Amino acid sequence: MVASRLFPLARLATLILVAILVMIPLITVALGGFKTIGELRTNPFGLPAMWDWTNYGGILSSAIFWRALANSAWLSAATVFLTVTFGLMAAFAFAQIRFLGRSFLFSYFLLGLLFPAATAILPLFVRIRDLGLLDSYWGVILPQTAFGLCMSIVLLWGFFRQLPQELWGAAVIDGCGYAGFLWHIVLPLSRPILATVSVFTLVHSWNAYLLPLTLLNSSQRYPWPLAIMQYANDYSVDWNLILAFITLTLIPAVAFFLLAQRQIIAGLTSGAVKG
Amino acid sequence: MAVWTGARRREAVERNGLAALLLAPATLLFTLFVVLPMIEAAWYSVYRWNGYGTPTNFVGLRNYWVLLRNGVFSTALFNTALVVAVSLLIQLPLALGMALLTANRFTGVNLFRTIFFLPYILGEVVAGLIWRFVFDDSFGLSHAIAAWLHVDPPYILADPDLAIYAILIVVIWKYFGFHMMIYIAGLQDISREMQEAAAIDGASRLQQLRHITLPMLAPSIRLSVFFAVVGALQLFDLVMPLTGGGPANATHTMVSFQFVFGITRMDIGFGSAVGVVLFILCVGFTAAFRRVLTRTA
Repeated sequence: MVASRLFPLARLATLILVAILVMIPLITVALGGFKTIGELRTNPFGLPAMWDWTNYGGILSSAIFWRALANSAWLSAATVFLTVTFGLMAAFAFAQIRFLGRSFLFSYFLLGLLFPAATAILPLFVRIRDLGLLDSYWGVILPQTAFGLCMSIVLLWGFFRQLPQELWGAAVIDGCGYAGFLWHIVLPLSRPILATVSVFTLVHSWNAYLLPLTLLNSSQRYPWPLAIMQYANDYSVDWNLILAFITLTLIPAVAFFLLAQRQIIAGLTSGAVKG
Repeated sequence: MAVWTGARRREAVERNGLAALLLAPATLLFTLFVVLPMIEAAWYSVYRWNGYGTPTNFVGLRNYWVLLRNGVFSTALFNTALVVAVSLLIQLPLALGMALLTANRFTGVNLFRTIFFLPYILGEVVAGLIWRFVFDDSFGLSHAIAAWLHVDPPYILADPDLAIYAILIVVIWKYFGFHMMIYIAGLQDISREMQEAAAIDGASRLQQLRHITLPMLAPSIRLSVFFAVVGALQLFDLVMPLTGGGPANATHTMVSFQFVFGITRMDIGFGSAVGVVLFILCVGFTAAFRRVLTRTA
């Protein structure tokens, strides 16, 4: 009896302890951005003695920061749009149309789930260079889309396959072709799964590092992970500036996570089951 | 009858044509940027090539031979094994524990889940930089602890023997929330009636855990093991901001080794050989894992 009364307390204590361990680095970084370099040295973890806004102000008024965010926004938006659109078209064909070689082609896309992206990176570099796309936005967007397509197709196919057959029958009776069926009936029904796939793809391309690192050269095209690495190397002793920069890139990520938490987790767990 | 088959044939042609149209962009992109590069990696890996012109200097399996005798690559393989071991022995039990503690509804449960999951959604690069600060000898945690003990702070990330352990800590911090979510999803499928029945029969919490929860969670555990291993094999983004593979090449993973020795030096043949080894390990593990699964299932 005592044990069962103690359990909620012990549970709470454990959870709080782990939560503190998880949060310490994040809070330290956010507070560190408000400190001077001298205070950072003497008091790295506590509250700042004086809330110094100049680090944050300096970065918010710097071109590097906004440039990097704009680059990331464009790379991610284009990747999400293409991955969802092409994935949707393919998944619809796989789920609703009987055509020659359907199961063969579907297995072909499934293979992509097994491939480690890093294996392709050097030949990809050669191909992108030969296409004249090296150091261009499209040179990153197209391979990123290609790598995201497998997961997008599998998730959307899983949803389309479960649509009742009667829907298509009703669409035929109403004189609706495949295109009309896709546009007027399937798309409106698929909003939740489209949101899941979009969010999943967005998180991946927003944080992507290896692909842009290999395929981009000029720093004015860098997405934020590359820009922040360059910034950290250029200002390697000015940790207060780097911490402010880090915090400012964390804010959109955390805000987005809190908004789209449901889709992110749904994408992970459903993707996980299929993977 | 003739009219009927004509209409059917036209319908079939239309159907296949439409399918081709819908599948063309995805198939083209996937083939051009995923499948062909994978095949080319195997092709380039038997050449010595700096990437210009076409590969002509055929060297057979020499790149693989050099790779297997390369001490840094052995270290990278060992580090990968270490990441796998820590993931399976520390991270997964931690994730499972947190999942069990947050499986039932109580006030604040969502807050804890969100906090534990938060590191997973941060970019790897920024997570690495955050921890580079925490490990920094003149600012971070080790500085604070050393100042408190009145000793010189060690710079863990600059110590070839210790740096890899720092990376392991970050790996656990970053990914345990992801595995926790897999377990929570699995726990929600376990029927409450069964646990309640066991409780009525006098099973203790521990007995319930051992005889009901864990066996029924087996699919989620297998899944999380799979992700932990495949993720460890491809670990890269987190290593670059922390150590870049250094000091003295002590903390490379397979992909960071490939990046430093293949991509930055434009040694396409050698780098591709690393990629092929990675491919074999990933696909080999997946195939073996599937086999074990189908045998036990």
